[in-house]
Amino acid sequence: MSKKVLVIGEVRDGDFRNVSFEATAAAREVAADGEVVGVLLGENVSSLANELIYYGADRVLTVESDKLANYTPEGYAQAIQEVVDQEDPDGIILGHTAIGRDVAPKLAARFKSGLVSDAVSLEVAGDEVIFTRPIYSGKAFEKIVVQDGLTFATIRPNNIAALEKDESRSGEVASVQVDITDLKTVIKEVVKNTTSGVDLSEASVIVAGGRGLKDADNFKLLDELAEVLGGAVGASRGACDAEYCDYALQIGQTGKVVTPDLYIAVGISGAIQHVAGMSNSKVIVAINKDPEAEIFQIADYGIVGDLFDVVPKLTEEFKKVLV
Amino acid sequence: MNIYVIMKRTFDTEEKIQIENGEIVDDGAEYIINPYDEYAVEEAIQLRDEHGGEVTVVTVGDEEAEKELRTALAMGADKAVLIEDEDVEEGDQYSTQTILGAYFEDKEVDIILGGNVAVDGGSGQVGPRLAEQLGISHVTSVVKLEIQDGKATVEKDVEGDMEVIEVDLPVLITAQQGLNEPRYPSLPGIMKAKKKPLETLDLDDLDLDEEDAEGKTKTVERYLPPAKEAGKILDGELDDQVNELVSLLKTEAKVI
Repeated sequence: MSKKVLVIGEVRDGDFRNVSFEATAAAREVAADGEVVGVLLGENVSSLANELIYYGADRVLTVESDKLANYTPEGYAQAIQEVVDQEDPDGIILGHTAIGRDVAPKLAARFKSGLVSDAVSLEVAGDEVIFTRPIYSGKAFEKIVVQDGLTFATIRPNNIAALEKDESRSGEVASVQVDITDLKTVIKEVVKNTTSGVDLSEASVIVAGGRGLKDADNFKLLDELAEVLGGAVGASRGACDAEYCDYALQIGQTGKVVTPDLYIAVGISGAIQHVAGMSNSKVIVAINKDPEAEIFQIADYGIVGDLFDVVPKLTEEFKKVLV
Repeated sequence: MNIYVIMKRTFDTEEKIQIENGEIVDDGAEYIINPYDEYAVEEAIQLRDEHGGEVTVVTVGDEEAEKELRTALAMGADKAVLIEDEDVEEGDQYSTQTILGAYFEDKEVDIILGGNVAVDGGSGQVGPRLAEQLGISHVTSVVKLEIQDGKATVEKDVEGDMEVIEVDLPVLITAQQGLNEPRYPSLPGIMKAKKKPLETLDLDDLDLDEEDAEGKTKTVERYLPPAKEAGKILDGELDDQVNELVSLLKTEAKVI
């Protein structure tokens, strides 16, 4: 059966987040020969609309308002509700991002709908869509079938491949007028994180440090390595508890769950709590002076040695190769 | 202030997961208050100590969850409510939302606190769902909370950025790591907790039928990820190891 699926695109700093294209690919699979409708919310976003079509949407609806310039749950929910009422879709897919995590459950409650959060893959079997998602932070997985009615899903960044960009695709871009009222949450200020340009959840390379770093200053070594690789810096709970870095960087069962292409664990012992947050990374490199460290059990490549010797050399070597 | 905490009993984060016949094996597993809910309990107690009022902790689960409720009472919460959901066979986050929604329907609420996510299911849905059902605002992933003159000023962690948000009460807040440092229950706290009121309700008490709370989604399979084989520990001189690693990442793993 062909379905109509909406994709809520997400723009940050004037560009799509990659997860929007991944969500479009997911919607394409669910819709089969049905229709994929991109939805863009914000201020001056319509110039980006064609991009979603190049990545698989059939057409795009934009809702533009100065009240949508910053995300608020009420503003986004009002705008998406209007689009849903107009389009009567079978499904809605968002990225499992700060915005998707926040607004999808609100909308699912509003429409008395099911929501599959944080899906890492999906398959279509006849009329059913089966989503796979991690539980216990990736210590296990579950497959979820949506029963009936309108269904929401958020997909984890960096897991479902985006379709290849095809600039020969074209489709209608139309605007939807929504009178956004009654914003109860007011954003007074946004403080941008200046330490790292790459978001952990979307980074394709992560360099993470543990207690072995011994000091907050030593995280500079990791910053340098991450910069050469175009990656982000993360940390174990131990490093955060020891105040070497901010909790925003923590990877683990408490903290972020990440699945980059390359994860370099530096001075991290590999407690089960941490491993739950990163073991589904595609390739894991461990650097630790203790050859018995648990982290080597799940690493693809390991170097037993003093991280203060290894990391600078590694940074230099990557520089040579990647220039 | 009428302060409520919605909390969940979860596996200890140190537990390994085993699956038999599609179900998680919980024989002998250690349980805890979901760590994110623990921040919520701590914050609730601090709010009460500052502004007065009462902290009620609420959970949906089976009778075993009394233990975690008592822990929250021992930390300093005033009252506990256990809503038994055993009648709901195929429950999901919609079910929990519906049950909590029915409980809160006739309650006067200033603030509801919960965890940003539970470390077992990991969906983070129930907080925002409940706020929507109750028609109140929500802010998720909060690392700082102040209440003054009927308003909450919060700092929200947005993937590393920080938003400062102002919102009128009543509001539902979900706690992110960094909000506070949860206290350990003291011995006198534990003794007192035994005498604090703990109310047990079921769906009938909330005028709910099983069908009302039936899930919208269905789990058809649970499985463990394939065990990862231990990889290659490099050897030789450090310079050679580093060279080999970079070359393996490029040619064998093809990730750079």
